[in-house]
Amino acid sequence: MENKTADIHHVHASIEDRDVKHKEPLSLWFFVGVLCLGYGLVLTPVGIYEFSHPPSVVLANLHAAFWWGLLMTIFGAFYTIRFRPGSGR
Amino acid sequence: MPFAHPVIATLLASQLTNLSGIDIVILALYFVMVLFIGFYVKGGTNTSEEFFLAGREMTAWIAGLSFVSANLGSLELMGWAGSAYQYGILATHWYWIGAIPAMLFLGIVMMPFYYISKTHSVPGYLQLRFGEGARGLAAISFGFMTILMSGVNMYAMAVVMQTVLGWNITFSIWIGAITVAIYVMLGGLRSAIINEVLQFVLIWAGAALIPILGLIEAGGWTNLKAQIAHNVGSNDYTHLWSTLGTFKGNPMGIHWTGIVFGLGAIVSFGYWTTDFLVVQRVLSAKDLRAAKMAPVIGAAFKMAVPLIVIVPGLLALAVLKNPDGSLMHLVPGDVARATGQHAYDEVLPLMLIRYCGPGLLGLGITALVAGFMSGMAGNVSAFSTVWTYDIYGAYIKKDAPDKHYVSMGRWSTVIGMLVSIGTAYLVARAGSIMDYVQALFSFFISPLFGTVILGMLWKRATKQGGFWGLLAGTVSSIAMFTYVELGGKAALAHIALSPDAQPMAENMYRALWSWMICVIVTVVVSLMTKPKPDSELDGLVYGATVIPHDGARTLFQKPIFWAGVVSVVFIGLNILFW
Repeated sequence: MENKTADIHHVHASIEDRDVKHKEPLSLWFFVGVLCLGYGLVLTPVGIYEFSHPPSVVLANLHAAFWWGLLMTIFGAFYTIRFRPGSGR
Repeated sequence: MPFAHPVIATLLASQLTNLSGIDIVILALYFVMVLFIGFYVKGGTNTSEEFFLAGREMTAWIAGLSFVSANLGSLELMGWAGSAYQYGILATHWYWIGAIPAMLFLGIVMMPFYYISKTHSVPGYLQLRFGEGARGLAAISFGFMTILMSGVNMYAMAVVMQTVLGWNITFSIWIGAITVAIYVMLGGLRSAIINEVLQFVLIWAGAALIPILGLIEAGGWTNLKAQIAHNVGSNDYTHLWSTLGTFKGNPMGIHWTGIVFGLGAIVSFGYWTTDFLVVQRVLSAKDLRAAKMAPVIGAAFKMAVPLIVIVPGLLALAVLKNPDGSLMHLVPGDVARATGQHAYDEVLPLMLIRYCGPGLLGLGITALVAGFMSGMAGNVSAFSTVWTYDIYGAYIKKDAPDKHYVSMGRWSTVIGMLVSIGTAYLVARAGSIMDYVQALFSFFISPLFGTVILGMLWKRATKQGGFWGLLAGTVSSIAMFTYVELGGKAALAHIALSPDAQPMAENMYRALWSWMICVIVTVVVSLMTKPKPDSELDGLVYGATVIPHDGARTLFQKPIFWAGVVSVVFIGLNILFW
């Protein structure tokens, strides 16, 4: 009987945990991370392509799209992982 | 609105560039993200506290970034970059002395009263302190202005999109309006705040490359100063204070007294401490310490903004070239329309196009779009709050259930956006309306600061004093504006106290005089009328309120410590660029 009560409590607690996890709002910083990561993943390949097909802008030799894309990928990935759902932050 | 700029009046109808497929993908990703946020946040936005004040659960960082971001619209970015080209580094005053002291004052001195009074809005504070008259006057004028400003932002975005990319005006107005209406209607202030923080990050991501690449091209700050001095034939464009001894000695035609007492003491304090659009962001903070820290954090970031606004304008004076290699000369909007040259306010898009190829250009354009949409969302969410709490809830339906007010908040968002769309089309028919709408903001802000600051710091201020002071200050501001509009340069010389004063000086001195009139009338009327007993002023006035401890335990947790750090950096920067 005691075991059954314990099981019920366990199940009940699990449901509560699941509800709590379900209700935990996504962090604003997670949104920031996802957007930056998305932009980084778009810009970096563009930057790589521009090594062989430089755009007609000033200082194209500095490959701004590649370096900026790489920076945004790292920044975005860091925030996405650090503030991912369930990370407790 | 003291920080706004009449951008749309000066842009040309010629298209500057085209977006590539990659640029469209970047722009589309932004729209998908903001709409997702609106739908996601709706689930947690059921009560009026959640809808209008984001549940009062924002951290100091989020409230602080949102606070500074609410003022970082694209209208301001493009306008002040153009001003930096036109007037040089003097434009930085609107970001430093025109913001930092006021933001710190809000955090350290005023925020405890706003926060512990548990008011939902600035007009709400006026009602608690001065009664219904002052609240009604402030609420109606603020509601009216915000909705017009939202329309101005909408139209400005449409014109920029038409100018830069050749997009149809109606398409831009409706896409922007529908997107903003959806995410604010669903998520209220929380949704607006999340998008403002996203916009802040996007603006830096999209615009920071301009000063970085520009300074590389110019050969560093010292070389940039030398090139500007050579190109414009003067050293005045790169000094913050040393040229302000006389009205004639600087490109802006303004005296240091106008900058310090008009801009620094009145205009900026009025805007940053009483404009509900920005104060609402801080009221969403989760506790008193977060509410005090948020403006301090905002001030720290605000100090960095000239890097992406002022520096591009200065760089253009040195590096912006015509296709034939000659130096490009930007001109005022009316000249640009006649000659086909580029206008001052096009400087930011021109610099963006100069350095950014496919992808990066899309990021920059997305940042501008985000800035415009955030401006609309900020105005419409503040309007919805003031309408629901301070007009509808105060005068039309007083004791409705909470759910009813949330519903009214959502509906007023939609109706507010429809009125904004109407305003946008009105501005499209008569561009000068936009200048008047922006001027209207300045009518109310400075006197409002006089009323709020006396209300918070002087126990003797009475209900009658508050109302008549606010009314007298506002009416005198409108009278001075009309006088200068009709009287031209001679009238301007009277208001700004110098025949050499330029239009930029008029706003500063008008703000100063209208504030003084408000304060004098409030003091005189208060001394002639019966004050409230101290017991009725608890939580509202300095001297009648025991301010609770903010919970800071260590030095690094104390808002006053960080306000000191920001102050030291602020003073250092002003000396560095003296």
